[in-house]
Amino acid sequence: MSVDLATVKRVARLARIAVTEEEAERMTGELNGILGFVEQLGEVNVEGIEPMTSVTPMDMKKRADAVNDGDKADDIVANAPVSERNYFLVPKVVE
Amino acid sequence: MTELTSLTIAEARTKLQAKDITAVELTEAYIGAIEAANAKINAYVTVTPDKARDMAKASDARIAAGKAGALEGIPLGIKDLFATKDVHTQACSHILDGFKPKYESTVTQNLWDDGAVMLGKLNMDEFAMGSSNETSYYGPVINPWRENGSNRQIVPGGSSGGSAAAVAAHLCAGATATDTGGSIRQPAAFTGTVGIKPTYGRCSRWGVVAFASSLDQAGPIARDVRDAAILLKSMASTDAKDTTSVDLPVPDYEAAIGQSLKGIKIGIPKEYRVDGMPDEIEKLWQQGIAWLKDAGAEVVDITLPHTKYALPAYYIVAPAEASSNLARYDGVRYGLRVDGKDIVDMYEKTRAEGFGKEVKRRIMIGTYVLSAGYYDAYYLQAQKVRTLIKRDFELAFAAGVDAILTPATPSSAFGIADETLAADPVAMYLNDIFTVTVNMAGLPGLSVPAGLDSKGLPLGLQLIGKPFEEETLFRTAFAIEQAAGKFTPAKWW
Repeated sequence: MSVDLATVKRVARLARIAVTEEEAERMTGELNGILGFVEQLGEVNVEGIEPMTSVTPMDMKKRADAVNDGDKADDIVANAPVSERNYFLVPKVVE
Repeated sequence: MTELTSLTIAEARTKLQAKDITAVELTEAYIGAIEAANAKINAYVTVTPDKARDMAKASDARIAAGKAGALEGIPLGIKDLFATKDVHTQACSHILDGFKPKYESTVTQNLWDDGAVMLGKLNMDEFAMGSSNETSYYGPVINPWRENGSNRQIVPGGSSGGSAAAVAAHLCAGATATDTGGSIRQPAAFTGTVGIKPTYGRCSRWGVVAFASSLDQAGPIARDVRDAAILLKSMASTDAKDTTSVDLPVPDYEAAIGQSLKGIKIGIPKEYRVDGMPDEIEKLWQQGIAWLKDAGAEVVDITLPHTKYALPAYYIVAPAEASSNLARYDGVRYGLRVDGKDIVDMYEKTRAEGFGKEVKRRIMIGTYVLSAGYYDAYYLQAQKVRTLIKRDFELAFAAGVDAILTPATPSSAFGIADETLAADPVAMYLNDIFTVTVNMAGLPGLSVPAGLDSKGLPLGLQLIGKPFEEETLFRTAFAIEQAAGKFTPAKWW
């Protein structure tokens, strides 16, 4: 399988990365190089093989359903590019 | 008296305990070494001298009070991927511009709890995506090693290039690193240092910036096998904050060093003999086999038939996980924000400016292989192949093999801004051909220096072990180190 320019632009949109026409063109070539490389996986017989979901045989640990942390609003917004009164500020999303 | 920065961790530990030296003296020696060298080597992206001096003073007080920890007073460098409270933590990416977390990663907290001193944060490929340290927002790290009679700049490997270069140039006593596809072992091989990626689940991933969560593991890069064992003992733990952290006690890895190899069976996989591999690598491998036989190990040929599919499967699984993990960088909660006409425009502009080329490339691949209609063909197929790769190892271990010996890399370190590699992403990816299988199977892997090539650059051998049997790797690697010796670059900086 290979990608064309329109697909690259669609994927960039899905990934929320702005791309210029020139970048999209360059990426088309690069992505096709990588997709060409991974294509060889198609030749492996995987009939009856389970996909890996966990590399170590262990049950997922679950924590107790209890409050064990909190009251850190200042810490949580400390690194926000824009914040006000412990809220993250974003451009208007509702008209 | 020898230079303080030339002491290994084990040697410094003895001198500190005997009060021959103080932690403050040792730390000052490293701060001086970093000041003199960092402009040329670019291993550190942030140096924290005040914090280091405070920590060293506290170490000296604990030593005086007879309360020294396992790493008391030992100055370490920390890869920029580890969250360190109130200190620069950016995964060497522009998108985490100015980020200083309000929390500490479990691995680094374990080190400070054992008395270690933080010197600063180490350079790396952006988000650990790269094999040459050239994708860092802070520019490439320069390998302290040079080719014979040349001053050409050489890469230290990646992604833990800053860690490996700082250890090789004696700009820290040891360093933390991480490995998703070879990012500890390949730079260790390129710099004549020892690096171990432990079994998946051995070191907590909590507070480590995520790249590909099912593959990422932290581990140390050190000057020799013993130092690597000392560091891993402190870094590893069981952590309730990481659901994939394993509930097994951490063994005393150092105790395995010096144990005989009698009764150890080493497997040699024929699939690691790849086309175009230099004769020098083959020769080094044969030399390693001979050393292990001399040390009393039994050596057998084994087959790992799905080896060639590990790298293509990795380049589906890792970008897929990365595209999900990196979705959090949206200009809202931390890091860079580039304003736009609406919220989506803000997201797109922020991510376009904040991520470098290689990171964008991998997010794009990951987004594509997970998108509607392609999931089965790519991601599901890759996860099935991953099961087969792991099974290859399980069959070898079930047949009695204790550890597997392979070359660490298909070549020695290459030049900065190599044109062929820059033009072809897949050629750069091939650097990880021998290391990536280990991440896909979740196994421990160790890279140990084994010699120099004809150009005078270091080469490493890799040992792969059974899950949670890192001790066998330290024991075997020490035998190689005893035979090969240790390698230090000639100082030019």
